[in-house]
Amino acid sequence: MIKRDAEPFLWMLFSAGGVVSALLMPALLFLFGVAFPLGWLTPPTRDHMATLLANPLVALVLLGLVVLSLFHWAHRFRHTLYDGLQIKHLQEVIAAVCYGGAIIGSAAAVYLLWQAR
Amino acid sequence: MAESPTYTYHPRWLRRRVSTYWWLEKRSYFAFVLREGSCLFVAWFVFYLLLLVRRVLQGDAAYQDFLAWSARPWILLLNIVSLLFLLLHAITFFDAAPRALVVHVGSKRVPERLIGLSHYAAWFVASVVIFWLVLVG
Repeated sequence: MIKRDAEPFLWMLFSAGGVVSALLMPALLFLFGVAFPLGWLTPPTRDHMATLLANPLVALVLLGLVVLSLFHWAHRFRHTLYDGLQIKHLQEVIAAVCYGGAIIGSAAAVYLLWQAR
Repeated sequence: MAESPTYTYHPRWLRRRVSTYWWLEKRSYFAFVLREGSCLFVAWFVFYLLLLVRRVLQGDAAYQDFLAWSARPWILLLNIVSLLFLLLHAITFFDAAPRALVVHVGSKRVPERLIGLSHYAAWFVASVVIFWLVLVG
């Protein structure tokens, strides 16, 4: 059960995640999801990517993007399920899956970016 | 203070039944669901990004594998749809920002247009930096 006092904090994470994902994701997704696969642009070499990821500032920004975006998803998806499908009676399960997923994803990001140093 | 009356029966709730598919009834409802649904594509891209980082760390062969995998029709299609949803997400989020963010300088409120524009400017700068880092720097 999500306590009422946790709601403002979760909303803040939702909002922050919404802003960083909106700022950074379209460019990244355009490059790695569309432009490189379609051959519009030449993808960077593996060494260039490894150098980028080893940069502490890049890693920190990437970690912030991943963690905040995951909590953005968790919060928005939880509320859309409540309102959209009217399954509020399942709220404990939904909240556990959403925020649990965000926590697991964040831990994976910390692990990966720590290895990239 | 009057005591609240005790009922021997539970009064029936006055609740109108709402269809599970209420969001298909009006354009504005559907737009709402599309906007909220954009978060699923945010989550997908986080997963995709973490996969990319993992492949880079595993070495050149794994990275080349990832690039080949990303060109598969289904993945490409999913990413194109994701990009459209991310643009919807970015635009709706930045357009809502001036109403969520009330900034005062002295006793004057910063105009909503200026706050909206500054978000779009930040979006542009961030995108240019990403392009430069990935393609050049």
